[in-house]
Amino acid sequence: MSDDSAIPAAGGPDDERIKEIGGLRAWLIRPELGGIIGTVAVFVFFGILAGDSGMFNAQGIMNWSVISAQFMIIAVGACMLMVAGEFDLSVGSMIGFAGIMIAMFGVVLAWPMWLAILITFAICIGIGAINGLIVVRTGLPSFIVTLAFLFILRGFTIFIPQTVENRTIIGGIEEAAEGDWLASIFSADIMSWVFVWLADIGLVGTFSRGTREGQPVIDGIPMLIVWAIALVIIGHLVLTRTRFGNWIFAAGGDAQAARYVGVPVDRVKITMFMTTAFCSTVFALCQVFEFGSAAADRGILKEFEAIIAVVIGGALLTGGYGSVVGAALGALIFGVVQQGLFFADVESSLFRVFLGVILLFAVILNTYIRRIITGER
Amino acid sequence: MSETAFHHDAPIGDKPIVEMKNIEKHFGPVIALNGVSFDVKPGECHCLLGDNGAGKSTFIKTMSGVHKPTAGEILFEGRQMNFASPRDAMEAGIATVYQDLAMIPLMSVTRNFWMGREPKKGLFIDFDKANSTTMAEMKKMGINLRSPDQAVGTLSGGERQTVAIARAVYFGAKVLILDEPTSALGVRQTSNVLATVDKVRKNGIGVVFITHNVRHAMAVGDRFTVLNRGKTLGTATRGDITPEELQDLMAGGQEMAQLEGSLGGTV
Repeated sequence: MSDDSAIPAAGGPDDERIKEIGGLRAWLIRPELGGIIGTVAVFVFFGILAGDSGMFNAQGIMNWSVISAQFMIIAVGACMLMVAGEFDLSVGSMIGFAGIMIAMFGVVLAWPMWLAILITFAICIGIGAINGLIVVRTGLPSFIVTLAFLFILRGFTIFIPQTVENRTIIGGIEEAAEGDWLASIFSADIMSWVFVWLADIGLVGTFSRGTREGQPVIDGIPMLIVWAIALVIIGHLVLTRTRFGNWIFAAGGDAQAARYVGVPVDRVKITMFMTTAFCSTVFALCQVFEFGSAAADRGILKEFEAIIAVVIGGALLTGGYGSVVGAALGALIFGVVQQGLFFADVESSLFRVFLGVILLFAVILNTYIRRIITGER
Repeated sequence: MSETAFHHDAPIGDKPIVEMKNIEKHFGPVIALNGVSFDVKPGECHCLLGDNGAGKSTFIKTMSGVHKPTAGEILFEGRQMNFASPRDAMEAGIATVYQDLAMIPLMSVTRNFWMGREPKKGLFIDFDKANSTTMAEMKKMGINLRSPDQAVGTLSGGERQTVAIARAVYFGAKVLILDEPTSALGVRQTSNVLATVDKVRKNGIGVVFITHNVRHAMAVGDRFTVLNRGKTLGTATRGDITPEELQDLMAGGQEMAQLEGSLGGTV
């Protein structure tokens, strides 16, 4: 055994038992693949079906971009949590809850809006931390723990405004947020000069009647879209480039193996639950400032839509593998299809059929990819 | 072997790095270990043999800080130690490579290699350094990787053990505990792992090699300790003991001798 030269080198390009991985297979194991193909497919599809319906003029693009950006915001949180090996089914209820909190503090109690926003963030992220703590302390599946919070939070979301105000929709948020510096981070439109210029050269239509005659029909880029892009970029960098990102993969890939090399798995998972809660709150804030009201039924089913976007984006339901960019593409597919069916004048209930079908395809594809990566048969 | 937190002093020579004295471990009414003594010196491979249920796992888990001994003392480089967690034992320089839990299959070799100690450049992981070091360390162990991005899942069982061993060595382990590293491997992969053990030992690291396979133990071991029913049956030095005697000790002598007779010495 002491003669090293007698030991054949295992693996490596010189090993006749290992086939070279072709370019196609190398591409196949990228998590974003499904998302990229899906994105191209839906654009081609609606380009043909609804190309002349106004879906791809400036207003149409803004329309589906806003919807996609909404999905993206919650998909980023859900993606990183799923890579860490957990789910959060309370995302939708958290959106409703955060909206009502803003209304309670900012309108009913008439506190300054920036204070209402900060307190709402603190409460919601705190609830995310409780979710995470229960999961890591009890070892229960996050599916059950967050399912409980789905009902608990929705119950409070209806109970609180019902008891205090005797109604479940609270308006007047726009007025209460008027001129507030922190609220504008969630509600403003930026770069309106671009659209004024685009209107001047005729690429964007202008109002032809009313008080805003002559102004472009698009005010600017909503902060919702800025938030979505920023969260996707930050999420992607954290997950793929940082030490903490490596720990997220490790916590979801094999928590015990990760603990053995000193990765603080519990801390990572709790942080990811808090991140998901943060994303839900951002979503809720953008929504209440856009609508000017908070309602107890907001956000229903959002948790599943977020999970589907993440799965389309190539993440494995079992954790340890996934991509924020993929999840963002999944969200884009969502937005384009949901609004595209409207532009193409197709019955909108078919959107759910599409969701179910594409979810099934994505999961089957992901299972196959997992086998390629791990060499299982 | 560069840039490690643990290389402060020169090899100690013949003094043991870790010395376990009369370790007892009780789980409620069950006495898993009943006074086990064991030590590892730098540059030696000390094999811990025993049949299933002999207490090998409990013993190495005590050594690596997972369990606290009920009685007995642990000396590390002559000082009494009281490990509160595996992390403590790791910081001291005791690295354990578990059979199944060594690696995360979905992650790349580089990400596995550096897990928990990723090199940073500013905010981000220094992937240039991480990748090149991983490739170089794996080459030293005789594994040519196709790419450092390769998922560990594509490696064979023996290669995965080798990555885990290379990782422990690179991060300055003074004692390397290998928990049944060869039990699930084929012949060729086993010889790869045994060759790796040999290289590690030559670097002055003390290796604790747990196995129930006498042939694997004889291939690399310098000393052999047999555990049976929670007790040590003694430590033998290489050359003083034959494989047959070791086999008998492991099985508790008498019955095995009879069984072996009826099987014609094939076990």
